[in-house]
Amino acid sequence: MIMRSTIAMAMMAVCVSGCGDKAQTIDQSRAKKADGKAWESSQSAYMAEGWKAGDQAAWEAQMRGRAQGQNEYSRSAAPPPVAAAASQ
Amino acid sequence: MARMKFICDAERCIECNGCVTACKAEHDVPWGVNRRRVVTLNDGVPGEKSISVACMHCSDAPCMAVCPVDCFYRTDEGVVLHDKDVCIGCGYCSYACPFGAPQFPTNGTFGLRGKMDKCTFCAGGPEVNGSQAEYEKYGRNRLSEGKLPACAEMCSTKALLGGDGDVVSDIFRNRVLLRGKGSEVWGWGTAYGKPTQGTKS
Repeated sequence: MIMRSTIAMAMMAVCVSGCGDKAQTIDQSRAKKADGKAWESSQSAYMAEGWKAGDQAAWEAQMRGRAQGQNEYSRSAAPPPVAAAASQ
Repeated sequence: MARMKFICDAERCIECNGCVTACKAEHDVPWGVNRRRVVTLNDGVPGEKSISVACMHCSDAPCMAVCPVDCFYRTDEGVVLHDKDVCIGCGYCSYACPFGAPQFPTNGTFGLRGKMDKCTFCAGGPEVNGSQAEYEKYGRNRLSEGKLPACAEMCSTKALLGGDGDVVSDIFRNRVLLRGKGSEVWGWGTAYGKPTQGTKS
């Protein structure tokens, strides 16, 4: 009997917990908190290779390098299209 | 110091929505919220143009100007971010933004309008960089990992460029100066063969 009521109570607790919602109150103590610099540190396990956290110059070089990865004219050995068309 | 910007090349965007998908997947963006979306002008008409739109991280951001609780801030890299612990979900930023960037989740309890969510340039929020708390509120912080926004890096045609404004504008300028039409266009030969191929001898 005690076992049954314990299981019923546990089941009820599980069901009721589904009706809850995360608190959305404004925590004034956390307002206007300073954000860390992007290059300072990260807890992420997916850091890109080629730079070390804390080195601002290395991070900026990394950003420039990544941005150039979007430039197919610098990625490909092929001549620019205008030059290629002229040679045909 | 870099000033992070997006540029979308309407001549290249093929409306694949890869940027939208990359953003949703990278940040676990909730259902009903699109931090990035592709807008098509003259849809279905020959010559239609598409452009990928998200927060443009304005240098003089109107959302920041109208926010009654001042939850926005700008990072050293010019990325406009906000603090969800301060946001009250009033929606003023949504009316002020010319790009429709601020989004409001409506799938909470009783369908109430939640706190504002928008593109973070993959720079997270005020929580500790790369922390679980930051991920749950704002998604991945790729900038602190040494990466650029997922949408731009995933773009298959490189229509969407993201990064330091000086660098991406140089890439775009060079592209516009060099590109031509027809067989001169990048990738035309791969897709359709060289002009000499397939001709009758």
